[in-house]
Amino acid sequence: MRIGLFATCLGDTLFPDAVKATAVLLARLGHEVVFPPEQTCCGQMHVNTGYQREPVPLVRNFAEQFGDPSLDAVVMPSGSCAGSVRHQHEIVAARYGDAALRARVAAVKAKTYELSELLVDVLGVTDVGAYFPHRVTYHPTCHSLRMLRVGDKPLRLLRAVEAIDLAELPEADTCCGFGGTFALKNAGTSAAMLRDKTDAVRSTGADVCTAGDSSCLMHIGGGLSRIEAGTRTLHLAQILASTRTAPHPLPQPEATR
Amino acid sequence: MSSPTGGGTFLGLPAVPSRPPYGTGNLRGDRAFPEAAREELGNDQLRRNLAKATRTIRGKRLAVTAELPDWEQLREAGAAIKTDTMNRLPELLEQLERKVTEHGGTVHWARDGVEANEIVTRLVQESGSDEVIKVKSMATQEIGLNEHLESRGITAHETDLAELIVQLAGDRPSHILVPAIHRNREEIRDIFRAGIPGVDPGLDAVPAHLAAAARAHLRKKFMTVPVAVSGANFGIAETGTLSVVESEGNGRMCLTLPRTLITVMGIEKVLPRYRDLEVFLQLLPRSSTGERMNPYTSMWTGVTPGDGPQEFHLVLLDNGRTAALADRIGREALNCIRCSACLNVCPVYERTGGHSYGSTYPGPIGAVLTPQLAGMDAAKNDPNSSLPYASSLCGACFDACPVKIDIPSLLVELRHQHTERSGTTAEKLVMRAAAAVMRRPALFTAAQRVTAAPGRLVAGRDEVVSRLPPPFDGWTDSRDLPAPPRQTFRSWLASEEGAATLREAAEEGRRDREGRAAGREDDDEEAR
Amino acid sequence: MTSTARETVLGRIRDALALAGPGEVTVERAYRTGRTLPGRERLELLTGRLVDYRAGVRTCTADRTAEAIAEALRERGARRVGVPAGLDPAWLAAFDGEVRQDSADVPAPSLDALDGVVTASAVTCAETGTIFLDGSPDQGRRALSLVPDLHVCVVDLSSVVAGVPEAVARLVPERPTTLISGPSATSDIELERVEGVHGPRTLEVIVRTDA
Repeated sequence: MRIGLFATCLGDTLFPDAVKATAVLLARLGHEVVFPPEQTCCGQMHVNTGYQREPVPLVRNFAEQFGDPSLDAVVMPSGSCAGSVRHQHEIVAARYGDAALRARVAAVKAKTYELSELLVDVLGVTDVGAYFPHRVTYHPTCHSLRMLRVGDKPLRLLRAVEAIDLAELPEADTCCGFGGTFALKNAGTSAAMLRDKTDAVRSTGADVCTAGDSSCLMHIGGGLSRIEAGTRTLHLAQILASTRTAPHPLPQPEATR
Repeated sequence: MSSPTGGGTFLGLPAVPSRPPYGTGNLRGDRAFPEAAREELGNDQLRRNLAKATRTIRGKRLAVTAELPDWEQLREAGAAIKTDTMNRLPELLEQLERKVTEHGGTVHWARDGVEANEIVTRLVQESGSDEVIKVKSMATQEIGLNEHLESRGITAHETDLAELIVQLAGDRPSHILVPAIHRNREEIRDIFRAGIPGVDPGLDAVPAHLAAAARAHLRKKFMTVPVAVSGANFGIAETGTLSVVESEGNGRMCLTLPRTLITVMGIEKVLPRYRDLEVFLQLLPRSSTGERMNPYTSMWTGVTPGDGPQEFHLVLLDNGRTAALADRIGREALNCIRCSACLNVCPVYERTGGHSYGSTYPGPIGAVLTPQLAGMDAAKNDPNSSLPYASSLCGACFDACPVKIDIPSLLVELRHQHTERSGTTAEKLVMRAAAAVMRRPALFTAAQRVTAAPGRLVAGRDEVVSRLPPPFDGWTDSRDLPAPPRQTFRSWLASEEGAATLREAAEEGRRDREGRAAGREDDDEEAR
Repeated sequence: MTSTARETVLGRIRDALALAGPGEVTVERAYRTGRTLPGRERLELLTGRLVDYRAGVRTCTADRTAEAIAEALRERGARRVGVPAGLDPAWLAAFDGEVRQDSADVPAPSLDALDGVVTASAVTCAETGTIFLDGSPDQGRRALSLVPDLHVCVVDLSSVVAGVPEAVARLVPERPTTLISGPSATSDIELERVEGVHGPRTLEVIVRTDA
């Protein structure tokens, strides 16, 4: 399968390891990974902050970069960016775009997937041949859970990982408090939510907290680092890309890195 | 263009309906959400109470909604009936008016809270009473009826236990369902000792004893006050039937014993058919208190000779509802049946409490309903403009809503409306600049390069950024940020290392698959 | 003034709908309606719900109605009992206390002097444990079943239906209707449930299995 990879602006710039892992995983599964070179950002931050005119060029660029009919699917290691492409691009296009943009947006929306959806629903695989001998807890990010409805797909993928010690996260479906610019506009409330999330993560005794979104992991990881919890954060893709021959080394906790 | 009466068709052109006058009623706080929340976040008692309350109700709600195999179909029907209602609002209200009148009631219309307050005051004065008993009602809280009555020398007695606590304490409700959730039992004992005339000075803090003290106090009022004021959960257009859903029996008392009953109902509370109750009497209690059914529901149609109040007035209240209706997207918030399920699942509400929202309607639904009823850009720095941002957009409210109001989408829509009305702000310039950079891949990659170096410099040797300048200091107050990596993904991919890594991965995968296929053949051979 | 407000509000609604257009919708009632359950299951379901609400429940056959009522009243120590004018007098035949027949001219406060009240019921929903009173002559005016502290309510199994839609379908909309699901309760103080606030603090239900 020819799969278009959207790195997301955050992944490309700040968390390239998660995107590398996504590419490596798909290549290992025998698929052709295509990286449209002019890709940038999906515009989610703009829309969620109340700006819908400004991201029109971003929506258009995304549709142009990934509209290529030779791409069978488009994947991104982010539930919230996939949510933006699937739910917000058409809102922006309907309001400020032309008929051509609306058509393009609809076409690309139909083949856009978050990583766990692509693996389980499209590629039909839950055991990706991964090996990760560590204690891991999984945080289901809000947009993957309630916007995309990925359900237990990420957990099914994790359960199939060889040697993994999966610990259930208490109150897992509660938001970590990130919410994009919410974390800045309502920093105090966001921090209170984060504190409860990091407490829950610590209570599992996990070495690693994982999720399908680098942005939420940046938030949780930032909190864990500040309290020197000793728990690291890793994107789901990084665990799934870890194998016996090329095991992912357990990273240092952020604070001691 | 607007007509002199503030709405209505003028010269044949539809006008955007006007909102209630600024500064009236209880639909606007005196400061922005983040500021109000800061204070509440420091209140440990409040947070503990809220966490316990919301968690308990959440669990009960999940249990009783899960036991209905047709819960989703009920939600679908509830949402559809509400949308259908909004589409046909004029005819339904006229039908309701006709039916109530046919059954001996009198219908009044109020453009806003000020007018509704005046109508109620006049009706009470005409009854000759200087006291009223009240059933918990969001609509009368919204318009500040009690305060208005007091200014006219009329005492309003709240009869719901929590509302009584709030009233005696000179407080404001903090939750739609359990308005005194921010108070603990010792505080309530003190409030009762100070506020209930003739109460046992030795009253202790046992909830059953506190409830008994309220019962004794209010029973006298129920038996003697000749006028009651209520809200309404539903008003049936087809039959003129009004309904109040409650637990304590104070509603039944108010709706049954006085001579005169005055019901204030928002125009969006009308339902087309009597049959629609079969949907909402399932959705509301299960979503609200997490019970299969609330202890008491009263339904009455106009006046019944020999049974209950012999004078009935229905006040139909606009107060910004038509302005909300004029918003194609935002009007969905009018479908709310005030169950408060969204409050109980909201991580923001759980931590900040109801007072932070500054409005009668707190929580996720309040964050969309309040700005639409009262406006959010009605003055410079209108506190209501902060409400759509009081959410991480986690979406838990949408899942919990019995009439499927897509609150996260409404929040995003209201944010958009706010930025559109805000002119050029610093934030807008930043957003424009960010979009301008990100629309051009070359600029974007350049920006990646130029921010990486200083980012790594700020981070220092431990590769952790722990202090950022405003407006990002809110982040680093309680979180670190990793230093930007040495290489972006795209530069890695373009590098020899990137290409080689992907080649090796593909190769490794092929070997694995071949190995496994061979293994399967071996197994097959063995099986044979 | 009021007529002006009426015209203004209706005008605003029409303007709003003209500006934003109607929402797309078809009302589908795909939820469960018209359910039937065998009598034994209805009884079991109802009993479980009433017990859950901490109401008293007993069953009897129609010919033992008077004894069941007398027993319920005696257990609760009721001596002075009110009844609606249309209640079958035979129902109180086994009760040795004072029976007062209600009428519309009895002032509500004097109902406070009653120890309890006995009424029939219109319809009952098993799934939610909800009894519907509709002001029929054997149920009386609403004040009667509200002010006294004990309510003994007779429910005929034939009037017990499975779910809420089945119950609502049996109601007469114009009648003043009260839905009762257990005794009154509040959870307003630290969410601790306290039973019996303003309505009758005790609810005793007598289900007549062959009526």
